[in-house]
Amino acid sequence: MGDRGLLLEFGDEISPEVNEKVRRMALAIRATSIEGIVETVPTYRSLLIHYNPLILSIEELKKRLKGIENGLQQAPFPEPKLTRIPVLYGGSYGPDLEEVAKYHQISPEEVIRLHCSKPYFIYMIGFMPGFPYMGELPQELVTPRLKTPRLSVPAGSVAIAQRQTGIYPMESPGGWQLIGRTPAKLFDPEKEPPALLQMGDLVQFYQISEKGFKEWHE
Amino acid sequence: MARVEAFEVLKPGILTTVQDLGRYGFSQFGVPPSGALDPFSFRIGNLLVENQEEEASLEITIMGLKLKTLRDVVIAITGGDLFPTLNGESLEMWRTHLLVEGDVITFKRIRSGCRAYLALSGGFALPKIMGSRSTYLSGKFGGLQGRALKRGDILYTLDRPPPLNKLGLRFPSDWIPSFEKETVLRVIPGSHDHHFTEKGFKTFSSSTYQVTPQCDRMGVRLEGPKIERRSDVEESIISEGLISGAIQVPGDGKPIIILTELVTGGYTKIATVISTDLTKVAQLKPGDRVRFEPISIEKAHLLLIEQEGRLREFKRFVEQC
Repeated sequence: MGDRGLLLEFGDEISPEVNEKVRRMALAIRATSIEGIVETVPTYRSLLIHYNPLILSIEELKKRLKGIENGLQQAPFPEPKLTRIPVLYGGSYGPDLEEVAKYHQISPEEVIRLHCSKPYFIYMIGFMPGFPYMGELPQELVTPRLKTPRLSVPAGSVAIAQRQTGIYPMESPGGWQLIGRTPAKLFDPEKEPPALLQMGDLVQFYQISEKGFKEWHE
Repeated sequence: MARVEAFEVLKPGILTTVQDLGRYGFSQFGVPPSGALDPFSFRIGNLLVENQEEEASLEITIMGLKLKTLRDVVIAITGGDLFPTLNGESLEMWRTHLLVEGDVITFKRIRSGCRAYLALSGGFALPKIMGSRSTYLSGKFGGLQGRALKRGDILYTLDRPPPLNKLGLRFPSDWIPSFEKETVLRVIPGSHDHHFTEKGFKTFSSSTYQVTPQCDRMGVRLEGPKIERRSDVEESIISEGLISGAIQVPGDGKPIIILTELVTGGYTKIATVISTDLTKVAQLKPGDRVRFEPISIEKAHLLLIEQEGRLREFKRFVEQC
């Protein structure tokens, strides 16, 4: 991409298998720390490498990457960590819950039960700091994005769109359907690491009451 | 080293932020680089005042910033010409100046470009967040409390004697970039060529596009002939990493040049502006007109080496002064 980006592609679909390849490669590159690699951006199915062509030529970069790729199978790979995320569903906290239920002709309670029915895999953190793209939703919850995106979505909003679910760590515009809100803090620039969730890990949502939301602390 | 007061913000102007060369290594957490949009002008500013190249400076947008000097400091102003004045008199850009307590600097209006940099010897004393002092506006962190400057802010510097031996130092005038209302941006095609028809790519590389008012630190939206895409491939792509200068073409067929406050995106990319021309992108303002000229990556790297050579040469010159 341009004169200082190289995009490595590992498949053309959203699947945990393709995503694991991206993550393995990203971890291995970080562990090798090659001078001239400025940044790696791992996403669903590709890995963007920002390099400094004044330090590292593209030929040399490709050669080094090939070397890393060949040693990938031996590289250590961490087990996924499961994080439980509390959610207050519906009402003003999840203004689209009723509509989502109506769309699928099920009750709001059933939407909540389905959303909490399984752990979700975090494919990537992107769009904004700490925003996890997670999947796949149960088939009964697959819902299109809003026709008109909201200009402002409150921080902590738990949302769904197509087969994905996500959480807005900070206030922003957004087009996903908002079904609830979490009191958990997903991003803190002063913390190390700054994001609560990481690519490759798992999230299990669970329902809390309004009282639970207000009294919740980390 | 102790922190001392350098400036009081009398008027913040349209948008003034603290920036350095950006925040790298955190995109896996969704954190974009941020940083000076015109890194070339930014670096020259720091070299002129004997700072490290990456020292934090002010990025001033369009007009209106008014600063009162609170102690003797050495500064340099580079980038777009926003008509800087010192106590009402025009102030020469691309050279070092000594300001004394009570001096007032004002950026009156655009004469060319869109963004100026004010480098201060000793830098702006602010904490680094994730390794950088750059303001990330939509993330609300970095720089001065994660926001643009506002009236009444006090800007601090490190208590370091000003480099008085560097006063009057100038960047060579024939190396100063000029920022015209019509500009050609050199690009490397890709990476979603297969999403566009041949006619679409020809439209892109032969048309003139106009900068719309939707231009900020995230991107520059352009208006002009619609870029035709192939009907048999999907309009959007699975989200992937972005780099500043990447040109996205969403469903409406109008290009958007991505800048430093975005980290991932799901629109197809037709090309990416080369590194040396990012300085021109940073200086675009609504109403300006651009054309795109495809070149090879080898050529782009040669241009970058040439630009870096000038920077190195100037740095050596400054060190010998």
